[in-house]
Amino acid sequence: MILRIIKILKVLGIGYRIFCYLTHTFLSIQTVTLIPGDGIGPEISTAVMKIFEAAKAPIQWEERNVTAIKGPGGRWMIPPEAKESMNKNKIGLKGPLKTPIAAGHPSMNLLLRKTFDLYANVRPCVSIEGYKTPYTDVDLVTIRENTEGEYSGIEHLIVDGVVQSIKLITEEASRRIAEYAFEYARNNQRTSVTAVHKANIMRMSDGLFLRKCREVAENYKDVKFTEMYLDTVCLNMVQDPSHFDVLVMPNLYGDILSDLCAGLIGGLGVTPSGNIGANGVAIFESVHGTAPDIAGKDLANPTALLLSAVMMLRHMGLHGYAKKIETACFDTIRDEKVLTKDLGGNAKCSEFTADICRRVQDMD
Amino acid sequence: VILKTYLKERSPEPFSIGRHTVALIPGDGIGPELLNHVRELFRFSCVPVDFEVVHVNSSSTSEGDINNAIMAIRRNGVALKGNIETNHTMPPNHKSRNNLLRTSLDLYANVMHCQSLPGVQTRHKNIDIIIIRENTEGEYSSLEHESVSGVVESLKIITRNNSLRIADYAFRLAREKGRRRVTAVHKANIMKLGDGLFLQCCKEVASGYPDIEFDSMIVDNTTMQLVSKPQQFDVMLMPNLYGNVVSNVCAGLVGGPGLVPGANYGRDYAVFETATRNTGKSIANRNIANPTAMLLASCLMLDHLKIHDYANMIRGAILTTMNETRLHTADIGGQGTTSEVVQSIMRIIQSGGPLTTEI
Repeated sequence: MILRIIKILKVLGIGYRIFCYLTHTFLSIQTVTLIPGDGIGPEISTAVMKIFEAAKAPIQWEERNVTAIKGPGGRWMIPPEAKESMNKNKIGLKGPLKTPIAAGHPSMNLLLRKTFDLYANVRPCVSIEGYKTPYTDVDLVTIRENTEGEYSGIEHLIVDGVVQSIKLITEEASRRIAEYAFEYARNNQRTSVTAVHKANIMRMSDGLFLRKCREVAENYKDVKFTEMYLDTVCLNMVQDPSHFDVLVMPNLYGDILSDLCAGLIGGLGVTPSGNIGANGVAIFESVHGTAPDIAGKDLANPTALLLSAVMMLRHMGLHGYAKKIETACFDTIRDEKVLTKDLGGNAKCSEFTADICRRVQDMD
Repeated sequence: VILKTYLKERSPEPFSIGRHTVALIPGDGIGPELLNHVRELFRFSCVPVDFEVVHVNSSSTSEGDINNAIMAIRRNGVALKGNIETNHTMPPNHKSRNNLLRTSLDLYANVMHCQSLPGVQTRHKNIDIIIIRENTEGEYSSLEHESVSGVVESLKIITRNNSLRIADYAFRLAREKGRRRVTAVHKANIMKLGDGLFLQCCKEVASGYPDIEFDSMIVDNTTMQLVSKPQQFDVMLMPNLYGNVVSNVCAGLVGGPGLVPGANYGRDYAVFETATRNTGKSIANRNIANPTAMLLASCLMLDHLKIHDYANMIRGAILTTMNETRLHTADIGGQGTTSEVVQSIMRIIQSGGPLTTEI
């Protein structure tokens, strides 16, 4: 009797899988790994899923957890289910992850980066109409090399009181990031790529980075290539950010500049971000913190995660849905009627989400 | 007068009682023309300063020129300089001349005071930040090697001595100027040993100044805060590279590279220049560069030489031209030329008293 039930269930199971396969092939629904994260992560992920459903986007979510576990050999790693899911789906959306201070394991973001070789961090910064900052005409993209440079983590105590930190620049990584930058510029109709460096001081390391950028630029004559010192970029950025288009740079400068640009448009709460890895893996994420003080209270602002999801749609070629959702989001913010607290209003996260859903549905 | 003439005939170098001699390094780009304006202004205002001019050829591979400049600064103790260009086509062992100068003379503190000027249109108002940047080590150690082909390592050195020294300088300056808070800028969450050591030294020094509040901020958050709410900062203290970034951001916030003077102090020497150290190649010799930064730097130099009367006179005239007459150069939205601005300053000085020569 029990055996019969198991047999029926097995057939149903196989049937379900065949159904999924057929749906995927014919309705081209793509599966995306969703990592809700900690703190406000789950609620903003839910908000994004609701909006995508309202837009009828052909995305199926596969939720996974990435709390670090100790693998064989004592090395910290992400759970195998998460890894498998990412490798299968190739595309991921991630909420904020907390890094406990004395957990003994490295930051989760670092672990993800190493596991999937996420070499490029891309942050498009566009001024949001309706969210006023002193800078109104920002439209640039920062592309940051994310694996080496100053963040190689190699430090030594030479003698008592003297510390040496090593900044590593390799030909391979520099070439790879430069190529990605030019490809991005070409695919997204951007006119110029600027390499940011300090080769006047760090002659060999930034010199190598610059040389590789110049070499790659030769193959992309349709995109204009310029080079600028880091300090000049900072100086000009705060005076007139409209001069900049795509910026490519090593790790540390990228960290500083991408946060500077996020500050220009309103902060990390409204800035999208994507990490591109080798083997076609791409993880899009919100870069703000977990905000534990407002977690679970329906007060969070899902804009950053939503815009990252829009970036993800564009990456997947679903430009129509991307445009629809992005326009709905910007319209809601511009209207200024239903805004979360950090944007200057007093609406709840669910109300903000509902407003965007309504706009998306009205667009059809 | 007899004694003066007697002494003048006896010694070969320029010698005058009550006068100071200062080394002048014109540099490249807009440096030479701006420094000429400084000399013109000093001559006009009868400032008791003589200049020993030392040229440094940025395209020469030998270090003879820069060594001469360093010797001149050692001789005189004080210098005013333009930026020396670093040519990229040179091989990597050709070090930045400006950096060589700073490290040889151990000018460990770079001080920049960014203040919003009422006459200049900017997005942010009421900025008043003093930036103190470690000037000799950190990422600017110029220690690089290619260990394997295609892999370059660049060393960032942080030492306890230099970190304590710069932190001590910062707190002493803060106390002297009546400032309330010192913020250390770092990235110790990633560079745990290097920036960790810097931060620890700052904390140690802070404990000796209980009247001054001390806090710290990570560099990426700092830049984000600077572009949204720069008024929250008072005195900022940081290692070399972050200092470069933050000082340029702040200079941009108050109106640009043409407005802010910078000073490099060591134990025995002091060198004054524009804060953002730009060569300004594209605007050189077109009479459009903003002379304010260089002129204010020369005032800082006069203050250092303790000739405060002249310093205040010139500074007052510069600020009047900037804020009241509103004669601005192109970089801050005006249409004046460099010489027009300098003439205006000289006119204001002349109307202030009988000390001047003919225009």
